Amino acid sequence: MSKLRPQKDYEKTAAFRFWSWLEGKKDPYVGTLEMKEQKEFRESKVAAVERVIDHEKLHDKIYDMEKNKEQKFFRVFYKISAIILCVVVIAALILCASYLPEVGNASNPTNNDTMKRYVEKGMEETGVVNTVTGMILNYRGFDTFGETCVLFIASSCVMILLMMSEEKLRANETPDFEPKDDLILQTIANLLVPILMIFGFYVIVNGHLSPGGGFSGGAIIGSGLILYSSAFGEKKIRRFFNEHVYKCIKVTALILYGCIMTYHFYTGANGIENLIPMGTVGNIISAGMIFYINLFVGSEVACTIYSFYALFKRGGL
Amino acid sequence: MPVLEWIRFILGAALIVLGLATFIMEIYGVYRFRYVLNRMHAAAMGDTLGLAAAIIGLIIMNGMNFTSVKLFLVVVFLWCASPVSSHLIAQLEATTNPEAGEYESKTLAALEAEEKEEK
Repeated sequence: MSKLRPQKDYEKTAAFRFWSWLEGKKDPYVGTLEMKEQKEFRESKVAAVERVIDHEKLHDKIYDMEKNKEQKFFRVFYKISAIILCVVVIAALILCASYLPEVGNASNPTNNDTMKRYVEKGMEETGVVNTVTGMILNYRGFDTFGETCVLFIASSCVMILLMMSEEKLRANETPDFEPKDDLILQTIANLLVPILMIFGFYVIVNGHLSPGGGFSGGAIIGSGLILYSSAFGEKKIRRFFNEHVYKCIKVTALILYGCIMTYHFYTGANGIENLIPMGTVGNIISAGMIFYINLFVGSEVACTIYSFYALFKRGGL
Repeated sequence: MPVLEWIRFILGAALIVLGLATFIMEIYGVYRFRYVLNRMHAAAMGDTLGLAAAIIGLIIMNGMNFTSVKLFLVVVFLWCASPVSSHLIAQLEATTNPEAGEYESKTLAALEAEEKEEK
C-alpha cells in the first residue's frame, strides 16, 4: 500500500513486487518456469519385451563372470590394487609422522608467541578467569560467530525441509505406541527438569569463571526442554516455548552477537577502551562482552537443540 | 595414621574393581544376548550397580570435599534417569512387538539352534 500514489501506479513499481514476494502473495516463478504435469508411468507391451531382452543381453555379455573374462580380471585387479593403495598411503603417512618434531620440545613451531600471550596476558586483556573461554570468545570471537551462524543455518534448513503447516500438524496425532502421560516419566521429569534448567543457566553464566560456557550450557538447557516436552506432551511446552518465542530468541541472539562483535572489531579488537565495562575479575558480571556473548550463544544453542528434536519428531515446534 | 590410609585405599580400590567387573559383565551380556529385553537387563546392571560402585570408590579415595559431593550428584542423577529410560524402551518393545511374549519360554540354546537352522 502506498499513500502517495494511486493503487494502479503503485502496482507497477519494483517496491510493490518486492513486498508482494516477501509476503508470499506472488511467486515470480509461477507461470514462467512451470514443469509438465506428472502422469502415471505406463509401459507399452513392445517396450516391456524389449526391456527384458536388453536386460538378458546385458547380463549375458557383461555381468556373467564365466563368459566375460575382462570383467573378472577387472574385479580381481580392483581388489588387489585397492589393498596396495591403502598400504602405500598408510606407509607414507606413518613415514611422515616419524619425521614430526618431538612432543614437548621447546623449539617446536607450536611453542610460539601466540600461546605465550594467551596464557600470560589472557586474564588481563579479556578479564576472564577461564582462559579457554577468553580465547574462544575474545581472541577468536569471529570464528565462534561463524559457528553460531552455522547452527542458525542448520536449524533453518531443517525447518525448510521438515516443517509442516498448522493444519497438517493438527491432523496427524502422535502414534499409539508413544508413551502418553507416563506417570514414572512425569515424576522423574518433575524432579529433573528444574535442576537441569538451573544447572544449564549456571554453566552459561559462569562460563568465564569456570569450565563451561555458552555451548555446553545451551546443550544442557536444550536437553531439559526435550525431557519436558517428551514427558508432558507438546501442548504444555507450547505454552511457553512456541514457534514465535523460538524465532524471537534465535534472531535476537544472533543479531546482538553480531552487533557486539562488530563493535569489538570496530574499536580495535584489543585493549582499547570501549563502552562495555570490564568489571572486576572474578565477579559474575565482568569480563566485558564475553558474559553477554555467552548468554547469546547459550540461548541460540538451546533453541537449536530443542528445535531439531521437535522438527524430527513431529514436524513443527 | 598410615593404617587408616591403607584401609581407605583398599576399600576404594575394591569398590572400583567391583564396578569395573560389573561393567565388563554388562558389555559381555549386551553382546551375548539376542533379544531386546534380555539385553536391557544386562545393560541396566552396569548403569546402576557398576557406576555407583566405581564412583563411591572414587569418593572414598578422594575424601570428603566439594568434588565428592559433585560425584555423588552424578550417581543420583543417573539412578534417576537410567531406570526411567529403560522403562520407556521396555514399554515401547512391549507395545510394538506382537511376538513379545513368545521369547520367554524359549531358552538360549533353543534360540541358537533356530539361528543355525536358518543358516
